[in-house]
Amino acid sequence: MTEEDKILKEVTGAEYKYGFTTDIESDKIPKGLSEDVVRLISAKKNEPEWLLERRLKAFEVWKKMDEPDWANVSYKKPDYQDIIYYAAPKQKKKLESLDDLDPEMRKTFEKLGISLNEQKRLAGVAVDFVMDSVSVATSFKDKLLELGIIFCSISDAVIEYPDLVKKYLGSVVPTGDNFFSALNSAVFTDGSFCYIPKGVRCPMELSTYFRINEAGTGQFERTLLVADQGSYVSYLEGCTAPMRDENQLHAAVVELIALDDAEIKYSTVQNWYPGNEEGIGGVFNFVTKRGICHDRAKISWTQVETGSAVTWKYPSCILKGDDSVGEFYSVAVTNNLQQADTGTKMIHIGKNSKSTIISKGICAGKSEGSYRGLVKIMKSAENARNFSQCDSLLMGDKCGSHTFPYIEVKNKSAKVEHEATTSKIGEDQIFYCNQRGIGTEEAIALIVNGYCKDVLNQLPMEFAVEAQKLLAISLEGSVG
Amino acid sequence: MLKIKGLKAGVEDNNILKGIDLQVNKGEIHAIMGPNGSGKSTLSSVIAGKEEYEVEGGSIEFDGTSIMDLSPEERAHLGIFLSFQYPVEIPGVSVSNFIKTSINETRKAKGLEPMPAGELLKLMREKMELLDIKKGFLSRSLNQGFSGGEKKRNEIFQLATLAPKLAILDETDSGLDIDALKIVANGINKLRTPENATIVITHYQRLLDYIVPDFVHVLYNGRIVKSGTKELAFELEAKGYDWIIKEVEEQCI
Ligand SMILES: Nc1ncnc2c1ncn2[C@@H]1O[C@H](COP(=O)(O)OP(=O)(O)O)[C@@H](O)[C@H]1O
Ligand SMILES: [Mg+2]
Repeated sequence: MTEEDKILKEVTGAEYKYGFTTDIESDKIPKGLSEDVVRLISAKKNEPEWLLERRLKAFEVWKKMDEPDWANVSYKKPDYQDIIYYAAPKQKKKLESLDDLDPEMRKTFEKLGISLNEQKRLAGVAVDFVMDSVSVATSFKDKLLELGIIFCSISDAVIEYPDLVKKYLGSVVPTGDNFFSALNSAVFTDGSFCYIPKGVRCPMELSTYFRINEAGTGQFERTLLVADQGSYVSYLEGCTAPMRDENQLHAAVVELIALDDAEIKYSTVQNWYPGNEEGIGGVFNFVTKRGICHDRAKISWTQVETGSAVTWKYPSCILKGDDSVGEFYSVAVTNNLQQADTGTKMIHIGKNSKSTIISKGICAGKSEGSYRGLVKIMKSAENARNFSQCDSLLMGDKCGSHTFPYIEVKNKSAKVEHEATTSKIGEDQIFYCNQRGIGTEEAIALIVNGYCKDVLNQLPMEFAVEAQKLLAISLEGSVG
Repeated sequence: MLKIKGLKAGVEDNNILKGIDLQVNKGEIHAIMGPNGSGKSTLSSVIAGKEEYEVEGGSIEFDGTSIMDLSPEERAHLGIFLSFQYPVEIPGVSVSNFIKTSINETRKAKGLEPMPAGELLKLMREKMELLDIKKGFLSRSLNQGFSGGEKKRNEIFQLATLAPKLAILDETDSGLDIDALKIVANGINKLRTPENATIVITHYQRLLDYIVPDFVHVLYNGRIVKSGTKELAFELEAKGYDWIIKEVEEQCI
């Protein structure tokens, strides 16, 4: 075996660290999707009439749509009648504080490596933990409220801040945008809501850990984040899911609204179960994430994607305002039989709008990774600028990496630059590290982290450390 | 310290090293000279344990035990250092991060704790001064966009921070202008102790004006065809390699 083959074998052998389930009694409804199920979800959540109507409308739209198949992924399409659309961990009463948490759930936190006490002590991080469909614990809420910042579950927001939710929900990702967003709009169960008032700089990183727990449950989160004029917020989304045999569907919708002069930084670390070596099990991750930037506003998406069996995800920016800025920084690792089709869309409408795209793909095993990006400069976007850099790093010769850059320019003053590279971790690089006393496993981690540096640098400190560890875990055991 | 006997190595059906004998003792400096393609870099790679080369015969001992079955990093942990003829680029990994990882992985292999940050910084500062390295250098990506001279200086910087027992310098002089050569040679001389040893590989005599060898060996076509003292280097400088090659060929007939 050559060194590279050995590495590959070992990389493939790295086990999924978060494969365990939490044993909590769960309240779920029967499998399948129908108008009655939509009504039932809405009723379970005590929703107002307007939201039920929206859900029903979305359901009608979804029924008429076909599942898209243009992405460079192939998978057995989920049977939408074989999914449970609502599962809430049974809890006697709503939690007052994190200390009242179910011990089983606390164990889950610990296995995930999120010690909430620790996080509280470190301060700066408010965690809204989503276990399956219901947000079970929210911290720092009061402290944030003093600044007028609202950070709560979307279900609570629907009841407590109906005007804000009504105004912005579906304003960036309309119901009929795509198959999965229509489905989400009909059956979404929970997620986070965040509002930063005018001129307020959110003093801490807002963070949500998502986790799919109940076997056979789809998860349809809905996240809505509104940054009012001149405000700033950095939002972290971390996801892990336990090991499961059947594929689990995850179709989230995230909407960001950055009003004039506002800035939103949205960071994701996703390591959902990718399936085993033979490609059995694993999460289907079909996510719609989109933000809109008003005048001089800025939205930065940063993602480190190491998990899921199939990923279909394009965090996008609509640069509506003049001088608005959109950024996309991405690391996507695929291994074994994982497939990822991910990238971004930058839609330039405003004058002098600027966008930057840095995408780093890492493919190992027999996986397939694709970058798909659209840069669209509308006629109105005088002097728009885009720079895209799409790199792929291949480990071995059984994997594939593809780049699909779509560029549409309707204004001649625009400047669009696209650069792409493909490289391999060379045996010479590994030998060089070995010669300096660095073993092959460490060497690969070092080289991969170096390769991803421009993206990892965008993450908040504590998240960057976690992401580095994750990259190392997905490359664990690379020495024979 | 290093004892090589009858070493034969190559790639597939290409024999490159055809029976090398070499002994290097503590405190000594050996120069290996020879025309391009004679096997100098291959010899250093085989000593360092590069798996690309198949060892077909002979033995390599370091401090009295065979290192033939050791991985490259295990050999490095024993104190074998190779300054590469063509150092590789590692984008996004800073010089300081690389050296830190290198030092700490070596310490880990010896059961030691990572070097405290303050100590590490002090060590790097000290060696930067020795080799006249500018401050911004530490945060640059390893070898990326480095000039030939910067790459070589970086190799010697690593040598200085790791302080190995045996340093093999493969064409460290190429790419260095005369001022840089003096600085690097001076650095190497300062790192000398009675406990360590150096093998200097070069095909110019120039470097040997600054790093004075105890022994000079001529490698030609996979064999050490002549050994001597530093006078041999002067002779080579004056007469070129042709006379040795002729001598060797005559012997063969
Ligand atoms: N990996 C390799 N594969 C094939 N041939 C090699 C390899 N490495 C070295 N060689 C050959 O072996 C000979 C010696 O090379 P090298 O050790 O680099 O010489 P030197 O360093 O003395 O210039 C050359 O003919 C070279 O082409
Ligand atoms: Mg050479």
